[in-house]
Amino acid sequence: MNNIPNRKVICDVLMEHAKDDKDIVVLCSDSRGSASLAPFFENFPEQSVEVGIAEQDLVSIAAGLAKTGKKPFAASPASFVSTRSYEQAKVDCAYSNMNVKLIGISGGVSYGALGMSHHSAQDIAAMAAIPNMRVYLPSDRHQTKYLVEALLKDEKPAYIRTGRNPVEDTYTEDNCPFEMDKATIVNEGSDVTIIACGEMVKPAADAAKLLEKEGISAEVIDMYCVKPLDTEAIIKSVQKTIAVVTVEEHAPFGGLGSMVAQVVSANCPKKVLEIALPDAPVITGTSKEVFDYYGMNAEGIAKKAKEALA
Amino acid sequence: MSNLKALAYKLRKDTVDIIMEGGGGHIGGDMSVMEVLVSLYLDRMNISPENQDDPDRDFFIMSKGHSVEAYYAVLCEKGFLDFEEVKSKFSKFGSQYIGHPNNKLPGMEMNSGSLGHGLPVSVGISLGNKMNGRKNRTYVVMGDGELAEGSVWEGFMSGSMYKLDNLCAIIDRNRLQISGSTEDVMAHEDLFQRIKSFGWHVISVDGNDLDALKAAFDEAEATKGKPTCIIANTTKGKGSAVMENKASWHHHVPTAEEYEQIMKDLDEHIKALS
Repeated sequence: MNNIPNRKVICDVLMEHAKDDKDIVVLCSDSRGSASLAPFFENFPEQSVEVGIAEQDLVSIAAGLAKTGKKPFAASPASFVSTRSYEQAKVDCAYSNMNVKLIGISGGVSYGALGMSHHSAQDIAAMAAIPNMRVYLPSDRHQTKYLVEALLKDEKPAYIRTGRNPVEDTYTEDNCPFEMDKATIVNEGSDVTIIACGEMVKPAADAAKLLEKEGISAEVIDMYCVKPLDTEAIIKSVQKTIAVVTVEEHAPFGGLGSMVAQVVSANCPKKVLEIALPDAPVITGTSKEVFDYYGMNAEGIAKKAKEALA
Repeated sequence: MSNLKALAYKLRKDTVDIIMEGGGGHIGGDMSVMEVLVSLYLDRMNISPENQDDPDRDFFIMSKGHSVEAYYAVLCEKGFLDFEEVKSKFSKFGSQYIGHPNNKLPGMEMNSGSLGHGLPVSVGISLGNKMNGRKNRTYVVMGDGELAEGSVWEGFMSGSMYKLDNLCAIIDRNRLQISGSTEDVMAHEDLFQRIKSFGWHVISVDGNDLDALKAAFDEAEATKGKPTCIIANTTKGKGSAVMENKASWHHHVPTAEEYEQIMKDLDEHIKALS
């Protein structure tokens, strides 16, 4: 079992590049510990900015830094940076077109028992609705590394959501196909298309194995790039399969499922069933307990795939 | 026109003409902020169409973005924009000359419009310039009604935390906002002390007096170890009794008769100052 959370990988990649690139700046809102960015602050104090518990300040300052040629990465819990400072993301980053990378840490239900205030089940919908804002939910540590490296090379705003806990690997160090803004086909199949993002990719891949035992061939797509959505990958897959299942750690509205359903209905109409968090406060528990409860695990996804095919 | 005092009134006339053509605009705050803009763009800042991409230029952020018509008039005077084009296209269908600053236009650094963004953005710019070892300065203009936004006070906190003596915030203290007196809507009567208590150097001046503003900007530049906030005490609608100190002129478009009187009053100011 992998014990390295994606957030730590982000810190490692930023530290590796910050040595040579003095324009890389990391900002935190009293969140360096939860973001796993304390080592960055220790090793690169001149490239670190602490703003205190003030997400609006965090995002606006990041935009101002970008205006002077800096490459700011602003990290704060996803629940806060995607909503408390939503307008700063919209106006100062996206509308003004500043090179700000917003890192939403402890995304989804990562904070478990801390309750709805700390869950970010709206961030995909919120961020994706902003013109010129990109939305990425990497699935495992290997993909996270490639994604952050790709983001270091561009100069546009983006929102990246990661979870708090280590997630099981979907890929391996030697085998992690990655092309920026192109979905990754985790498993090829012909009966049902399962499209997932973030922490839901691994259970989706496991679901494909369960389905295979029952003679059902599932294609699993890792849609880490929720925006710009890889519509070509969706259409290509759904044209050959019978039905679609989407899986996301997000509210049932405005997220990956909604976006996939739009693409499928317009281009290759098939049945689309969605697995998501409920439109209600989430039950108390660890991420795993919550996922199991709502069928956001391999068994639940396999069951939903069979429902879609029925 | 080398006489900046008279020029400020000439640019008020241009501003009124832009508003008349566009059929809208925030005229009251345009008039109050004019000397601040003239002082910065035409006397102080190292910024011009020639050096607008130079990282060593001074930065200006119009946080009270609704005073964009005055900003347009000053940017036209400075050569960033063409006055006839701005006037003919302002607020028209498909125009780039919208009712708030648009950074796709030359001379405008950041988009604004929603209040409470400019100060924290300017903190970021000032911090970035310091990190880059640059000696340039950043100026940000806010309205006084804007100060009710909590994000402004986050910016005051971080500005002093990072000792940004390359940052100067200006408050266009015209004491009126859309609903009436700022003191009735959300009072700031102890404003000087409030901002001072956040660790800033604070200067209170007549914000429609170019000499007083020049002295204040000099003092701000000479102040080290902390950022400066200039409370520019201004008159909303400055320049004509038709609109002075009237909350209803926050975004009123003059009638033909009002227009005639305003232009006459502004001409008299120009004549008196020339």
